Amino acid sequence: MGKVVLVTGVARQLGGRFVRRIQRDPQVDRVIAVDAVPPEHHLGGADFIQADIRQPTIARVLAETAADTVVHLDVTAMALGSGSRTTVKETNVIGTMQLLGACQKSPTVKRLVVKSSTNVYGSAPRDPAVFTETTPPKSLPSGGFAKDAVEVEGYVRGFARRRPDVAVCVLRFANILGPSADTPLASYFSLPVLPTVFGYDPRLQFVHEDDVIEVLRIASHEPERGTLNSGTFNIAGDGVLLLSQCSRRLGRPTVPLLLPAVTWAGSLVRTLGVTDFSPEQIRLLTHGRVVSTDQMRETLGFQPKYTTAETFADFARVRGPGLLPPEALAGAVDRIAALPALGGGHPPTQSAN
Amino acid sequence: MADAKVIPFDDDRSRGAAVQRPARRRGAGSRRKESSLVREVREVQPLPGRASAQDDVPVTREEQPPPEAPQDQGGIERRIAGGLSFLRRRLTGDYDVDDFGYDEELTDQVLMSLLRPVYEKYFRVEVKGIENIPAEGGALIVANHSGTLPLDGLMMQVAVHDNHPAGRHLRLLAADLVFMLPVVNELARKLGHTLACAEDAERLLGQGELVGVMPEGFKGIGKPFSERYKLQRFGRGGFVSTALRRGAPIIPCSIVGAEEIYPMIGNAKTLARLLGFPYFPLTPTFPWLGPLGAIPLPTKWTIQFGEPIHTDGYPPEAAEDPMLMFNLTDQVREQIQHTLYKLLVQRRSVFF
Repeated sequence: MGKVVLVTGVARQLGGRFVRRIQRDPQVDRVIAVDAVPPEHHLGGADFIQADIRQPTIARVLAETAADTVVHLDVTAMALGSGSRTTVKETNVIGTMQLLGACQKSPTVKRLVVKSSTNVYGSAPRDPAVFTETTPPKSLPSGGFAKDAVEVEGYVRGFARRRPDVAVCVLRFANILGPSADTPLASYFSLPVLPTVFGYDPRLQFVHEDDVIEVLRIASHEPERGTLNSGTFNIAGDGVLLLSQCSRRLGRPTVPLLLPAVTWAGSLVRTLGVTDFSPEQIRLLTHGRVVSTDQMRETLGFQPKYTTAETFADFARVRGPGLLPPEALAGAVDRIAALPALGGGHPPTQSAN
Repeated sequence: MADAKVIPFDDDRSRGAAVQRPARRRGAGSRRKESSLVREVREVQPLPGRASAQDDVPVTREEQPPPEAPQDQGGIERRIAGGLSFLRRRLTGDYDVDDFGYDEELTDQVLMSLLRPVYEKYFRVEVKGIENIPAEGGALIVANHSGTLPLDGLMMQVAVHDNHPAGRHLRLLAADLVFMLPVVNELARKLGHTLACAEDAERLLGQGELVGVMPEGFKGIGKPFSERYKLQRFGRGGFVSTALRRGAPIIPCSIVGAEEIYPMIGNAKTLARLLGFPYFPLTPTFPWLGPLGAIPLPTKWTIQFGEPIHTDGYPPEAAEDPMLMFNLTDQVREQIQHTLYKLLVQRRSVFF
């Protein structure tokens, strides 16, 4: 008898992709996809159950399906469609509490995987340059998604204490990017002109969607020999990109603004509801955040396919060039180099014909 | 600095030796002999690091490569092509930074070139004992801190990079204030500096980097002019336990000349508190002359790297032993202070 996997948050691209992927694994018998709204994308052969995880019905779903693996992906920063921030927060926090309550009651659940975020570390100038899983944050996130993630992790820790027989894996993802990512950072990078904070060049780390799916799959199965997949792990691609590098690679010009102006503009944009440019987002774009992925490699046994730079290149390829495409700039420099006055290049020879 | 309190030395011979020796430094054989001699001397010394003869060899001027003279057209062409390819990489974002945000290319090509005139022409830094810095592997350079603005750290960074045969890069540990200020934090990260905390220091040492730390912190850099060249308390000695945990040698470093660049005769404490700074310096020229007063005095600097103190012989639990930590901290502190006094005695004038 194979596994029964219950996945929450499948109406999102990431959840949908994960559901389609995990069905192909031979040890999986049945996949139950749960979300409050029906997904627009197809879910392969998975059984979709429309249930709001903020309601106690999720306990009945869990009991009826006798799921043994629960993958909780409904911890997100942005509302799907036109939901408000309040709905997102409720889904994140109340939804997690309900789901964990249901799991605690269920005798069949053996494994719980929770999607969290490196946002839980916050970003402050007094933080060490590289966060490990055990680094306590110097300043706890005061609100927004980061605070949700901190609270979600707190409830998950409580659950792990009460049900020591359940293997619990918390995956703290760095900024997820990829062709179909719908994260706040992805929408930020889609702006034609990137507002930045004057005098700060944050270090950013990205993780590719494909790697996210892969690591979720590793976490929801039995661990391979010599690895352990319960615990808390930072998940990020290798290397670091500075925001200035990102904007240049994307070909989108930046507009440096003073920090108070950015905070003010962020709250204005948020009030208008254009994009969720939350305070913790501004903090990330001011101080940056880099996490150590040693545990991911050594304990979880996962090697990401994409580095931070490759992830970003893949993202940039799909988004298309901005106002100042890097190729055009490179071409301009090459043309200057070819100017005979500088003696750089030699005039093209016609002898070939 | 005629009025500095100078403690007497019993080993003034080293000064005489320094005068004779400089020209012989390049001979590898003689150097090896020297170092073995030094080791013998060191073993019987009651006070660690007291004036080993080798310390006094000036290396600054000798190491200079012959000035590049691109008279031919090819040299200029190559430089233009190099500059353009640099520009191309910068404009398209096609360069790498490490986890700490250290931008090696920008540091080497631009930031170092901006600091070098200050280092060579303005402060005329003389570097001694560069051979005490290992060619590879992690090491912790511990230096005194002075001068109101942390120019000493930057000069030490240039000194290590330009004088060390392996061209090693120094990764400085900076105060959190540096990372709160706009622009400053960006430049500091790109220069390879990071926050002075045990996590970052250990990570850098683990990567085999050369880490520079100034444990006096604000107490050292913001001390009044009357207390110049008096080492302040070395924090809680956290740098020793970090070095012990990584088994990295500690290299004491004494910087002479930085104390006089901004003689701090007063401290506007209220203004400092308002601005959120640890101190607000009042010098004979600043802030009375406005921005002109912020120009440092052109003192003559000497940076001396001392004999490394090895930490790999201790058991792993030694990092938790407070007694050993205090002893090692004192040993490092004393070595730096002694070298400071010795360099001050040798100094002819503050400005020459």
